[in-house]
Amino acid sequence: MKSDHDAKNRQRRLAALARSERETLEDALDRIKPPPRYDVVKPAETGLVMVRGRAGGSGAPFNLGEMTVTRCVVRGADGALGVGYVAGRDRRKAELVAIFDALLQDPERVGQLESDVIAPAEQRRRERQDHVLARAAATRVDFFTVVRGE
Amino acid sequence: MYVAVKGGERAIANAHAWLAEERRGDPAVPELTVAQIREQQRLAVDRVMTEGSLYDPDLAALALKQARGDQVEAIFLLRAYRTTLTRFGATVPLETSRMTVRRRVSAIFKDVPGGQVLGPTFDYTHRLLDFALAANGEPPAAPIAETPLADTLPGVIDVLNRESLIETEVAPSEAPTPPDLTREPLRFPAPRAMRLQNLARGDEGFLLALGYSTQRGYGRNHPFAGEIRFGEVTVEFEAPELGFAVELGDIELTECQMVNQFAGSKTEPPQFTRGYGTSFGHGERKAMGMALVDRALRAAELGEEVTSPAQDTEFVLYHSDNVEAQGFVQHLKLPHYVDFQSELTVIRGMRRTAAQTREAALAEAAE
Repeated sequence: MKSDHDAKNRQRRLAALARSERETLEDALDRIKPPPRYDVVKPAETGLVMVRGRAGGSGAPFNLGEMTVTRCVVRGADGALGVGYVAGRDRRKAELVAIFDALLQDPERVGQLESDVIAPAEQRRRERQDHVLARAAATRVDFFTVVRGE
Repeated sequence: MYVAVKGGERAIANAHAWLAEERRGDPAVPELTVAQIREQQRLAVDRVMTEGSLYDPDLAALALKQARGDQVEAIFLLRAYRTTLTRFGATVPLETSRMTVRRRVSAIFKDVPGGQVLGPTFDYTHRLLDFALAANGEPPAAPIAETPLADTLPGVIDVLNRESLIETEVAPSEAPTPPDLTREPLRFPAPRAMRLQNLARGDEGFLLALGYSTQRGYGRNHPFAGEIRFGEVTVEFEAPELGFAVELGDIELTECQMVNQFAGSKTEPPQFTRGYGTSFGHGERKAMGMALVDRALRAAELGEEVTSPAQDTEFVLYHSDNVEAQGFVQHLKLPHYVDFQSELTVIRGMRRTAAQTREAALAEAAE
């Protein structure tokens, strides 16, 4: 039985991996020596999820439209199941996410991978987001209401 | 009625070969890449995703390239493609209040927490053709503020509705699974979740015109743009293999909260009511048109007299889908030879009868 804390960490790491570039993950995997062994349990498969919105943004759910998603399941050498879910149709990326998800469940690897792969991915996301928010902030305006009829 | 015909294979193949050549245009001009369309024709891509009802910018860009820029054709291609994929399930409903905002404006409250944020907008441009764009060149970098916006900006209406003069939208504690028009036909009276899905997929031009008609007096509902926001929203999915919601990534989304006058009814005090519109990517015109029509379609629920097209649920929902509409209109181009032959026979028969009657009448008069 996994603790809530483990599940939260896994959730956070999967979120970081899903937003990483495929090449970045490929390079990070290449740096691991010897190359980790894994078996593909469910080969990467592209499908759809129905994106739900809410009436008025906060009310009852409705079906807004679908998006493409790719998923993959692998089993690491120690038997841990790695699961990858990523937006889009990149099958190799879904497999890489699954591989890292399996590796990150290994207590002997998690520290290293957290600092080599997850932390940089989270930082890149933060930087991208800050860049967007700083440009948005530069377009903030004050409209002065002009009194009519004077 | 259209009757199947045989033959014409060679002519059809040749026509499609010519189409491919026309698509490419002058070979002396460099060919467009899908990435160029995705990056530089982004609003066309966004519309194809919204009405194609499939978020995938690369696929939408490819569809636009294949369709020679024809939006409805590209939307049709995306709709056809989605039928080849299996559905893994439905996402956790989006939390648009946690959007990473690029643009957020309100036309009803001047001072909103976080401010009025224009973002990358066509508003306030002079609509003068920019001939500098005819020559290539990189635009100067957009200015960057020292202090970025907050990570999330709460919804204007939620924050500024202290007196509860505006209707609130609260998620029911046990929301039923919303109906899904990709798997079941429209039914009437259509619940709001069904209407919203139909409108979200609906043709922008149709919804824009209907929304406009309410402003001009055909089902007037006195709208104000309570809030328009555009930005990135995280998509979460309850993965069966994981037992928790996993973040798939982020999608760009536009949302419009329309606030409308309402006199009140026997059960409701006078208050402002709301209409909701949304689109994938940056699609403000679509979101606003949709919000106006969503509100108009609530007429019966709010005890208003249904007098105009925009308030007529069957009329709106049955005619909003441009893939269905173009299919039925354009099928008229297909051979209707047999049908037309039978109509010709009928017309000839009617003429004969009319002539005989006339002759008989003349003969009678002569006697």
